[in-house]
Amino acid sequence: MAAPTTLTWFARHELNLVWRDWLSMMTAGKRGKEMLLALVLTAMAAGAHWIAGTIVDAWAANGVALTKPNLVLLSGGGLLFFTLMLSQAMESVTRAYYARSDLDLILSSPASSRRLFAIRTGAIGLSTLMLSGLIAAPFINMLILRDGWHWFAAYGVMASFAALAAALAVLSVLALFRTVGPKRTRLISQIVAAIVGAGFIIGIQAVAIVYYGSLSRFTLLQSPEVIALAPEVTSWLWLPARAAMGDIGALAGLAAGAFGLFAVVIAMSSASFGDHAVSAAGVSEVKHHETRRAAGFRAMSPRRALRAKEWVLLKRDPWLISQTLMQILYLLPPAMMLWLYYGESSGVLVIIITVLVMASGQLAGGLAWLAISGEDAPDLVATAPVSERAIIWAKVEAVLSIIAIVAAPFIVAMAFVSMHQAVAAAAGILLAAGSATAIQLWFRVQAKRTLFRRRQISSRTATLGEAFASIMWAGTAGLAAGGTWLAVIPGVLALCVVVAMKLVAPKEA
Amino acid sequence: MVAAEWALEISGLEKSFDRPAVRGLDLRVKGGEFYALLGPNGAGKTTTLRMVSGLLMPDEGAISVFGVDVKRDPVAAKKIMAWVSDEPMIYDKLTPYEYLEFVAGLWDIDAGEAERRASELLDWLELAPHAHERCGGFSKGMRQKVALAGALVHDPKLIILDEPLTGLDAGSARLVKDVLLNRVRGGVTVIMTTHILEVAERMAERIGVIAEGRLIAEGTLDELRAKAGQDGSSLEDVFLNLVAEHAEAA
Repeated sequence: MAAPTTLTWFARHELNLVWRDWLSMMTAGKRGKEMLLALVLTAMAAGAHWIAGTIVDAWAANGVALTKPNLVLLSGGGLLFFTLMLSQAMESVTRAYYARSDLDLILSSPASSRRLFAIRTGAIGLSTLMLSGLIAAPFINMLILRDGWHWFAAYGVMASFAALAAALAVLSVLALFRTVGPKRTRLISQIVAAIVGAGFIIGIQAVAIVYYGSLSRFTLLQSPEVIALAPEVTSWLWLPARAAMGDIGALAGLAAGAFGLFAVVIAMSSASFGDHAVSAAGVSEVKHHETRRAAGFRAMSPRRALRAKEWVLLKRDPWLISQTLMQILYLLPPAMMLWLYYGESSGVLVIIITVLVMASGQLAGGLAWLAISGEDAPDLVATAPVSERAIIWAKVEAVLSIIAIVAAPFIVAMAFVSMHQAVAAAAGILLAAGSATAIQLWFRVQAKRTLFRRRQISSRTATLGEAFASIMWAGTAGLAAGGTWLAVIPGVLALCVVVAMKLVAPKEA
Repeated sequence: MVAAEWALEISGLEKSFDRPAVRGLDLRVKGGEFYALLGPNGAGKTTTLRMVSGLLMPDEGAISVFGVDVKRDPVAAKKIMAWVSDEPMIYDKLTPYEYLEFVAGLWDIDAGEAERRASELLDWLELAPHAHERCGGFSKGMRQKVALAGALVHDPKLIILDEPLTGLDAGSARLVKDVLLNRVRGGVTVIMTTHILEVAERMAERIGVIAEGRLIAEGTLDELRAKAGQDGSSLEDVFLNLVAEHAEAA
């Protein structure tokens, strides 16, 4: 066993915390679910490998040669993973600086806090690698199987990317602390993290729409124009792609650069970690003044009071707005499509409707969780002289009205092109949002709003049900907009998902 | 005494979780009375009061508040009750003024009347200088005072408080006690659980001692002393004696 307060001892402690946090997240904090978790993960891994195999097969059937098209595709995919890693790392670094949990204990102990903070930053790099590795591993494994052992080097590229992402995340958060101060760092950093995560996908989708009229991001990466513009295969820009394909020299260069930068950042940041964390901890004590309304108290029915409260709480929490409305970012490409191809083809509307319905379902799920499970004063609301049904309806109205505001411009624009398709979209949005809200209601578990990012933990069944119902309603609306009776099939499946959720939902105490 | 003169009537109340929490509890509190409910940790005090407030459904038994059956007509019962817990649950992003406006809306109180009461309460509880600051930065004491203001703004006939003085500084605790005594003088019934026995000794007209989900003793302080055979003793001695006797008998 390592001697107390050494780097190894701190690393053991920190890894133990990371492991327990992960296990608790995966098992929703329920004991005795480890075996079930292992079975589910095995089944998911098998499924992911099957999907990765079908994608990789078409590309690697005759071996992956060192050509410009392959380097463009690999680099594009790599950049996609890197932006996801950077987003994840920024989120984790911000959380680490703002978590008060053991800060007092660490800073008041005679042990070297610098060592612990160095390990903590290292653990962020590791957890970034683990999370992104879960998505990338099936593809790498299938490439190893289909094209040879040299693809094993792709794991080294992933590890280097994780180190680079963690280093850049720490540097960006430190820069924010210095420039905008601890009060705004968390909000800005988390918004930037979300935009970085979605930005690359949305960016290449937008270019694909402008030039090719397609929502597929791979259309752009495989286009002759992009390949012609790309530098020659000997360019240093292809270093990560060449490293992934098994070029040991390239891998060594990439790893040395990434891990070297990470080591420098850890050494540089561990000394000031405590100071920044202390300044971040003082943020909650900052006073926020609101202007007093001249008109005084408003006459409100209980339902109106509940709706107004939900809207005010959301409006005043920019972090929650950024997290909740992130789905709206994904509506930008379809909005762009609608703008560019307005009136040209009703076929385009079918694609837009599908994305719109799916995003509405997901958005409604998040908002419903906030309004129903994330109620900060549950005792007050439950002891008010209002029936439970009225409380629930007020919260549902608060959620659906936000969805209506987001979706209305799309529906109105569609109505001028095709009333039939606008009706299909509106019905799909209503059904997807209604289903997601109902599922959140049936699976409600009292939680703090600050745990919004981890809302999936409370019930994986509810999260999966919400996602499946949204996808099925999106399919129904898309097919209905296309004028085919086949729309009935996903519609019936969506209904089955909703009914199944109602049946498996926990019974109220 | 006719039913409606009792602020609270509980009979045969039972509630179990993984083990029985409340077992056949009978309790009556008079209108306009300050009643303290004492008991060791896990005795069933909070569970009992949460059932009265409509936060938990009883397994068995009846509860009525000023003659209104809590199970049959919960909305009517809640209209005349207020609940304050030891952990003040308020909204960090609302100001005390906005919180009180929200509570007034929930209880469907006339806006003008609610605003007048809110201003009085904010003054009494020394929250007026902070009325338009968000509650997120408030101390535990200030949060508890905001929660208490919320409980009083709809002018309830029965106030139920679960450990309302936990974590409060001496000044805030004095303010809360004064406000409660003032309400009792105005005819409001207060039922409070507390582990601070000096508070119960000084403020409560009657005291109930609960252990293992049952009421084991009840009465004025003198009546409890007599029951414990400890004339002139402090409530702390009497309470510990009664609980120990009950544990031995069990």
